[in-house]
Amino acid sequence: MRFIFKTRYEQDIRIAKHGGYLFWYGALMLVMLAAPWIFPEYWLAQVTFVLIYAIVGLGLMLLSGFTGQFSLGHAAFLGVGAYTQAAFTGMGVPFPLALVAAAAVSAFVGVIVGLPALRLKGIYLGIATLAFGFIVEEVFARWESVTGGNAGKHVKAPDLFGWKLDSGESFYYLCLVLAVLATLAILNLLRSPTGRAFVAIRDSEISAQSMGIHLARFKTLSFAISAALAGVGGALYAHKLMFISPDQFGVLQSIDLILMIVIGGLGSVHGAFLGAIFLITMPQVIALAKDYLPEAIGMAPGLQGLVYGVVLIAFVLFEPLGLYGRWLKFRTWFQIFPFYRRGMFKRQKSFQKSERLK
Amino acid sequence: MSGVLLSAKDLSVRFGGVLAVNKVGFDVHRGEVFTLIGPNGAGKTTVFNLISRIYTPTSGSIDFDGTPLLAHAPHEIAQLGIARTFQNIELFEHATVLQNLLIGRHVHRETGFWSQLFFTPATRAAEVRTRHKAEEVIELLDLQHHRESLVAGLPYGVRKVVELARALCTEPKLLLLDEPSSGLNVEETDDMAFWIGDIRDELGVTVLMVEHDMSLVSKVSDRVLAMNQGEVLALGTPAEVQRHPGVIEAYLGAAGDVESLRRKAA
Repeated sequence: MRFIFKTRYEQDIRIAKHGGYLFWYGALMLVMLAAPWIFPEYWLAQVTFVLIYAIVGLGLMLLSGFTGQFSLGHAAFLGVGAYTQAAFTGMGVPFPLALVAAAAVSAFVGVIVGLPALRLKGIYLGIATLAFGFIVEEVFARWESVTGGNAGKHVKAPDLFGWKLDSGESFYYLCLVLAVLATLAILNLLRSPTGRAFVAIRDSEISAQSMGIHLARFKTLSFAISAALAGVGGALYAHKLMFISPDQFGVLQSIDLILMIVIGGLGSVHGAFLGAIFLITMPQVIALAKDYLPEAIGMAPGLQGLVYGVVLIAFVLFEPLGLYGRWLKFRTWFQIFPFYRRGMFKRQKSFQKSERLK
Repeated sequence: MSGVLLSAKDLSVRFGGVLAVNKVGFDVHRGEVFTLIGPNGAGKTTVFNLISRIYTPTSGSIDFDGTPLLAHAPHEIAQLGIARTFQNIELFEHATVLQNLLIGRHVHRETGFWSQLFFTPATRAAEVRTRHKAEEVIELLDLQHHRESLVAGLPYGVRKVVELARALCTEPKLLLLDEPSSGLNVEETDDMAFWIGDIRDELGVTVLMVEHDMSLVSKVSDRVLAMNQGEVLALGTPAEVQRHPGVIEAYLGAAGDVESLRRKAA
């Protein structure tokens, strides 16, 4: 059992709460740095995708998991980032500047989409963002002079002021650095007043407002940050695939993103990463399993969608806190061995809120 | 410490055909505990919602510390120095008690978005100060044991105190308490009375509350305003208001009503 004796407020403010954090995350970083030597090329590419999806997932987690605003059109932000990056690097703009532009354009679009969020709640906001996703997909298909339409668009390798990142390894390191920066930024926000304001909006808008939180400003800010991260993810996605077309940023991609954060665990930063790992490894697992299944099932179209659906339903029913929640229980079992009780994570049914204002 | 802190004049609110509050006016003096009482549906909570700008009055005006409240948006009210609690507790359920109190410090945040994004030394120092302030409130209201607990798992009585603590974290000049003793047992109500007294005497915060428990009202209130059907019935010390015939009639009915119910002796 670990008992942390607190003597200074800084101990609660630090990201690394105790030595265990430093050790394990340090070990993880070492493995990640050594990954090009550990993993074969194909798996390194998959790890790169995990990092890219994790960046997008962090953004969506901030919006849905921490601010409580659902977005069923998040792939559109991914697409805006990807096409902005493709357009700018196509014009010869260096990679970092194009990336900033991709994040900025996505954030701007995010602010515009955030405007209806000031009036809509829950499922209605979902519908609005879903519609937005369709509109953006349609724009990608029709605005041929910029996007290349349905024929798609080729994207050049990233160019860091003359240093071309055209190998899988160098691009992997780029994604790793950006993923770490994005994670630190989100963690910083969450331990400061802005992040607390987001959580307040998620849990009770009426009392957030009476605590002096400007609902409109913080909801819009959350949309902007979330879209900016999706834009960065989209830009990396475009470089990784080297080819983008409108159908990559459709409603299915949006649903994958939602699936990712729900299965990862809503309301946890770890969840974005765990969800990304799930999203990338699942198709591999299904492909492997196909060999062992009867042909009628293994070869059936839509097997992947079915499996995703079943997994999602199972998580919502049995583990609403997602993979991260499962991990927390596992860890707690060891930390307080042998005192773990089955009901420890059961929440008491909350008191009724009869008088919802507005 | 004297003078008027909050002054409501001719407040009226109409929801469709219902006149919820009708020409209500009162002054709350600095450093007093001012209580609104009245039967259910008298419009007490509506008056609260007018002061915290959740509703906009159909007519009338509210002045707080010299500024007209109606010129401000709902989220600016906390900045002006008015904090409130809710009748049916509105806490941030999935956060710890401490996090709830830190959210209460929102109006006193010192750093902007970018310095928070990079968590600059200035942000870190501001966070320590924020925590220090929250700890003072925890100390005052004896919440040490619950500091790290999730609100969702706390008993009702503790949640009431946490909500009071969160309101105090905004360092208000005026504290609006909507039924602070509802759902509390006798001991917890006594604690609440004690704290309300402390808040007024030690922190110098003016308290405006809605309350049904007359023993609590007479224990802590300096002045009481009785309302019925959206109108003012009586204003004065707790004892005066309790003796006021209009108040007795609103709660118990007039003597004549009771007389007519009495069975005639055969």
